[in-house]
Amino acid sequence: MAMKQIVETKLNGEPVEFICEPRQSLLEVLRDNLGLTGSKEGCLTGDCGACSVLINGRVACSCLVLGVEAQGKEISTIEGMANGSRLHPLQQKFLEHASLQCGICTPGFLIAAKALLDRNPSPSEPDVRYALAGNLCRCTGYDKIVKAVLEAAREIRAAA
Amino acid sequence: MHAISYEAPTTVEQAVKLLATKGEKARPLCGGTDILIQMRAGVRKPEQLVDVKAIPELRRISFDPKSGLSLGAAVSCIEIYENPTMRQHYPGLTEAAHLIGSIQIQSRASVGGNLCNGSPAADTTPALVALGAIAHVVGANGSREIAVDQFCTGPQRTALKPGELLVELRIPAPKAHSSDAYLRFIPRNEMDIAVVGVGVALTINGDRCEAARIGLGAVGPTPLVATKAAEALIGKQLDETAIENAGRLAGEAATPIDDMRGTAEFRTSITAVLTRRAIAIAAQRARKA
Repeated sequence: MAMKQIVETKLNGEPVEFICEPRQSLLEVLRDNLGLTGSKEGCLTGDCGACSVLINGRVACSCLVLGVEAQGKEISTIEGMANGSRLHPLQQKFLEHASLQCGICTPGFLIAAKALLDRNPSPSEPDVRYALAGNLCRCTGYDKIVKAVLEAAREIRAAA
Repeated sequence: MHAISYEAPTTVEQAVKLLATKGEKARPLCGGTDILIQMRAGVRKPEQLVDVKAIPELRRISFDPKSGLSLGAAVSCIEIYENPTMRQHYPGLTEAAHLIGSIQIQSRASVGGNLCNGSPAADTTPALVALGAIAHVVGANGSREIAVDQFCTGPQRTALKPGELLVELRIPAPKAHSSDAYLRFIPRNEMDIAVVGVGVALTINGDRCEAARIGLGAVGPTPLVATKAAEALIGKQLDETAIENAGRLAGEAATPIDDMRGTAEFRTSITAVLTRRAIAIAAQRARKA
């Protein structure tokens, strides 16, 4: 078996050190080694987006990143999205608009939506749909998700 | 996934040395959006991954109006389409990078990786072929250049020898009134593999075409150069007849197969349509360039 490696990273703002095998995906490390099970395993081929995380502010599928690649990077997961018990506006709007049913895709949608709003605070509906094209939802039909993201964008702009 | 070892060298020399030690059992890692899936599926079984994203030469976009573009092999699709120089001088290649997968994929996947993966349906390869791109490759025995239209040798096969690393893609500086375009047909809006992809690069003088290159994707075992179609444009007014004729010749250059994404007949017909449209877009851009 290949040697395990020590990886130093910043995870949801905190310095974190972990040990993993090079073959382990970042998703596997987050879920199995670090107990952060918010990022979900869907397809393992980069199609569904359920494992989306931010790496240095860019959205990526953590199933297509090796854990060892996190060395020196800043990783943000769904666990870092709420501020204590205060939900992020995106999370709040997802609840208000019933933008989730089974919930498996939700963390990935929230992360991908946050990546969009961090760069574009005033997205159009096509912008939102384009930015979420890499996230699959088999329950909602997407409309409520898109509405929630547009609403959250409005709220964040109003509060700024 | 099987056990592997992982290194992240910071120089081309170190990377080439690592690749040479393991030969066919080593493979470079860029965005990982193809290789990790292939490893999970057991299609590729490297024992060593050499992450090349920490090597500065592979991460740079360097443009000079005289010598042209050096595009590092590991530059991500997002870094390409967020780059104003790329958008201005190579809009066709930029739109190809913008079409690949989702934003999640575009944040990781690179044009160099797209080329080295060797898929006949790679979106950025026909755009590179149209631009006359040259691959700069380094191995244990030195460096060499491979024209991108010679780079792919079959499905998932390339001209790279074991241990060779694609360092950068070199694209000539666009001449005055030159531009490019890339169009892809898929049956949905996003997140699909090309049924047909067409890249066109043109230089015009008034309404007359001075130079043209056309690359085709997903209509043969490798991306193709549609030489006759491009030659039919050179020296001609870019009117409906000339464009129609070039589209027909591009369709004749296509050698597609039937598969679940489309029949050979359909792909041939779409090749002609996309070629016509891409010529029109590239010509319109070239007038303003």
